[in-house]
Amino acid sequence: MQSTPPGLFRASWLVARKDLAIEFRTRTAFFSTLVFALLGLTIFFFAWDPTTVAAIDLAPGVLWAIFAFSGLLGLQRSFGVEQADRAMDALLAAPLDREAVYLGKAVANLLFVGGVQLVTIPALALFYNVPLAGIALPLAGVALLAAIGLVAVGTLFSSMAVNTRLAELLLPMLSLPFFLPIVVSASMTTARLLAGRPAAEAWPWLRILLAFDLVFGVACTLLFPFTVEE
Amino acid sequence: MPQQPAGPVAASPDDPVVEAEALARQFGARRAVDGVSFVLRAGECLALFGPNGAGKTTLLRLLAGLLAPSSGHCRVAGLGIRDGKLARAHVGLVSHASMLYGALSARENVEFAAKLYGMPDPAGAARDALRSMRVLDRAEAPVRSLSRGLQQRVSIARAIVHSPHVLLCDEPYTGLDELGSAALTEALAERRDSGAALLLVTHNLGEGLALATQAAIMRRGSFVRHENRSGVDAGTYAMEYRELVTLDA
Repeated sequence: MQSTPPGLFRASWLVARKDLAIEFRTRTAFFSTLVFALLGLTIFFFAWDPTTVAAIDLAPGVLWAIFAFSGLLGLQRSFGVEQADRAMDALLAAPLDREAVYLGKAVANLLFVGGVQLVTIPALALFYNVPLAGIALPLAGVALLAAIGLVAVGTLFSSMAVNTRLAELLLPMLSLPFFLPIVVSASMTTARLLAGRPAAEAWPWLRILLAFDLVFGVACTLLFPFTVEE
Repeated sequence: MPQQPAGPVAASPDDPVVEAEALARQFGARRAVDGVSFVLRAGECLALFGPNGAGKTTLLRLLAGLLAPSSGHCRVAGLGIRDGKLARAHVGLVSHASMLYGALSARENVEFAAKLYGMPDPAGAARDALRSMRVLDRAEAPVRSLSRGLQQRVSIARAIVHSPHVLLCDEPYTGLDELGSAALTEALAERRDSGAALLLVTHNLGEGLALATQAAIMRRGSFVRHENRSGVDAGTYAMEYRELVTLDA
């Protein structure tokens, strides 16, 4: 009987499921990211003067800036688990397309960031008393688009940074400039949603998010094999 | 029935399963592997000896497709190792590092590998591999809770779970106790006898020569000796090996 190596999507799912199983067992990255995000919200809340800046103006920027920084914590761990006992060698020696490793990691990271968003966005509504119930669905869409962009870029840079001595420093240095268009677009879209503005006003920002996801999603997938080549 | 990877393999026992031709790898100015050529056929085992830094691990990484050669080429089971993922399906790799995930159990690690290699029954294949390495009774234990020796046995089970045609072993006896060493020797001999080609890198001449059909000594990136095991007297070989190695000291 002959075995047949899995195709791109099956292999990606195997890698993603393995990463999620490891995170489910350890829970360290998820909880540290969540705590970081909630602490960030708390600090901004206490530093905020509601008499000078309205909550509706402040909350979108706070939310997406916190996601950008807290996401880095989770992304750092993404390839860290492969480094501990050189498990990455076993992945690269297996009959997988290199792209499958990237896509699997990205899917796991997306679910990871989504989990953090699920807790943090309601917490934001609580802290800043902003009415999110009416815009829950469009906001979920913005959160998904922003998370895809963060994860696409962050996963690639995580694979590059993990082999360096300054991984903790290098990942934010490489990622944050690329996160900027995501944070700005997501904040602007959220601000317009919160203000009840017509959807047409948010569309230009949404287009940037969509374009970013498309361009960097494809580019990072194609570039990943070169980052793991020796 | 053992499940074999798909794709070309040796059509006849005389066809090479592993074929390295003038294989070289350079890191900056240093040539870690320098023009290595050899052929391994089904059921053959090359025991590779050499001092630290001789280029043995780099050679194994080239053969596993983890490193791109600077020049030369290498074919595994009739396929260029750098030409695509199918060639890698024929290779099993055991290294110094366990290449396992500490948070997952031994079974989950081996089963994950079986799925990556497309085994039709990953659970059964994982169970068989763990049993062959005499570690089935610890299958559900998280790898991080196992001793170094047990981790190494699980790592070997991971490498042989897909019944590879080529098994590359880099110091596989590291950290193994007597039982583990015996299980490993038995598993390697079984793989060799069932037609797999083995490349065994070790510092232990006794263990290496016990399994070998060919023996080679590597020094400064090149094979300085390479011969059939049948023409090698273990005692004389050990003495000559020591002399060669001390040239570097």
